[in-house]
Amino acid sequence: METRDLICIGCPLGCSLKVTLENGEVTEVVGNTCPNGEKYAKKECTNPTRIVTSSVRVKGGKINMVSCKTKEDIPKGMIFDICKAMENVVVDAPVAIGDVVLADVCGTGVDVIATKNIEAK
Amino acid sequence: MKYDLVIVGGGPAGLAAAIAAKDNGIDSILIIERDRELGGILNQCIHNGFGLHTFKEELTGPEYASRFIAQVEERGIEYKLNTMVMDIANDKTVTAMNATDGMFTIEAKAVILAMGCRERSRGALNIPGYRPAGIFSAGTAQRLVNIEGYMPGRRVVILGSGDIGLIMARRMTLEGAKVLAVAELMPYSGGLKRNIVQCLDDFDIPLYLSHTVVDIQGKERVEGITIAEVGPDRKPIPGSEIHYDCDTLLLSCGLLPENELSKTAGVELSPITSGPVVNDSLETNIEGVFACGNVLHVHDLVDFVSQEATNAGKNAAKYIKEGKQDASKEVKILPVDGVRYTVPTTVRPEVMDDTLTVRFRVGQVFKNCAIATYFGDELISKRKRPVMAPGEMEQVILKKSQLAEYPDIENITIKIEEA
Repeated sequence: METRDLICIGCPLGCSLKVTLENGEVTEVVGNTCPNGEKYAKKECTNPTRIVTSSVRVKGGKINMVSCKTKEDIPKGMIFDICKAMENVVVDAPVAIGDVVLADVCGTGVDVIATKNIEAK
Repeated sequence: MKYDLVIVGGGPAGLAAAIAAKDNGIDSILIIERDRELGGILNQCIHNGFGLHTFKEELTGPEYASRFIAQVEERGIEYKLNTMVMDIANDKTVTAMNATDGMFTIEAKAVILAMGCRERSRGALNIPGYRPAGIFSAGTAQRLVNIEGYMPGRRVVILGSGDIGLIMARRMTLEGAKVLAVAELMPYSGGLKRNIVQCLDDFDIPLYLSHTVVDIQGKERVEGITIAEVGPDRKPIPGSEIHYDCDTLLLSCGLLPENELSKTAGVELSPITSGPVVNDSLETNIEGVFACGNVLHVHDLVDFVSQEATNAGKNAAKYIKEGKQDASKEVKILPVDGVRYTVPTTVRPEVMDDTLTVRFRVGQVFKNCAIATYFGDELISKRKRPVMAPGEMEQVILKKSQLAEYPDIENITIKIEEA
């Protein structure tokens, strides 16, 4: 039996979690105040993931950058690959929240989508 | 120009206040925003984690802002961008200027202060050393990277572990910079725990508590930073210096409510929060002038800003429609034993809403303690908290019905006690 202390990143409450693992399987989570905490603890111990947020260049927009995020969380180990893939992306204005900025980033099956509306100049 | 309600600032507080005022029957509203777009600082907070309380989903800053901007647009609430308020007089005459209208004045029946806060600058921190290029507040760097598309530097040291500093440690790392260290003067972090986990720990960025910057090297551009450990007196300990070759220093050393306008208007400010002193309706000492959001006191969560601003908008609407609420009694809320301040500082039991959220911060880290509320000398409630830290806002909810049972009390006391 193994225990791990985690801090939930699900929301700004930052609950302190105590996770019990047996043979790599999570058997108990305590300290969470909501069901998301248990979900996070299980994932963090077996397959840690993150939402990646960044911003990419816009051509012909009122503002030169548009913020974006991975639509779903991606494996933690791929954060840098995803940032690299976003580096040279340029989108044309106008851009609306939810527009796909980069489809299927790094073969994860997850799209990078815009998180801000940018009007054309 | 005449408006029933002028809201100074189009960030999260100003937007939520405007929406609430409109929904409570006020049609003549003007929001004045100095930036080129509504949304305030949320526009540069491109990370996620906003709105879990309000929308039950995890949004980025721009997404959170856009939901409120859409509501302002739907309601046809007027706003002026690129417009700077120069003065608020105590008769609620607002003087503002912009490039198209020039200088103009507005007579308002009520004013909501929603100017937000700004970062503590290097000048306010007394850091020795030269004054080369490469020293930025964390928020300036955030705007440069996320909105303007520039990288402030490649090798970075961060002073202060406020949330913006932590968020920027990750952001700069993801953009290819090397963040060498985060130094924090206090023995605890000023930021949220989740940000230490996902912004520093995830990227093996060291956090040095009880450390500060003792030297900045470089004449034209930052060439190096020296940090050192500090003792309990917060003075550097000789021999504990660590040197870093770097080109950038980011400062994330606290936020200060931006109250220059409030001050000249004659609004009474709290020396602890640097924000206005307000009653249960978030009204300042000037009748019809309300305050909400980070101009009132610095919040950790925008969700709470939106809630507070909604109340300010509602109360301003009530004031415009009904005038001053007469109350024979104002009960003081006293922060003692570890509680640094409360917002609001007074409550009027006769005219308050059914419930009142009193927000506060503690002065140090408390473990296994409780928040105790006293009406006069009588203990009313005691709520256990495993951990409390100055970086995380706490709250107590007061009920009108409960206060009615204690008609003779003069004070409510909120304090930290052993659990």
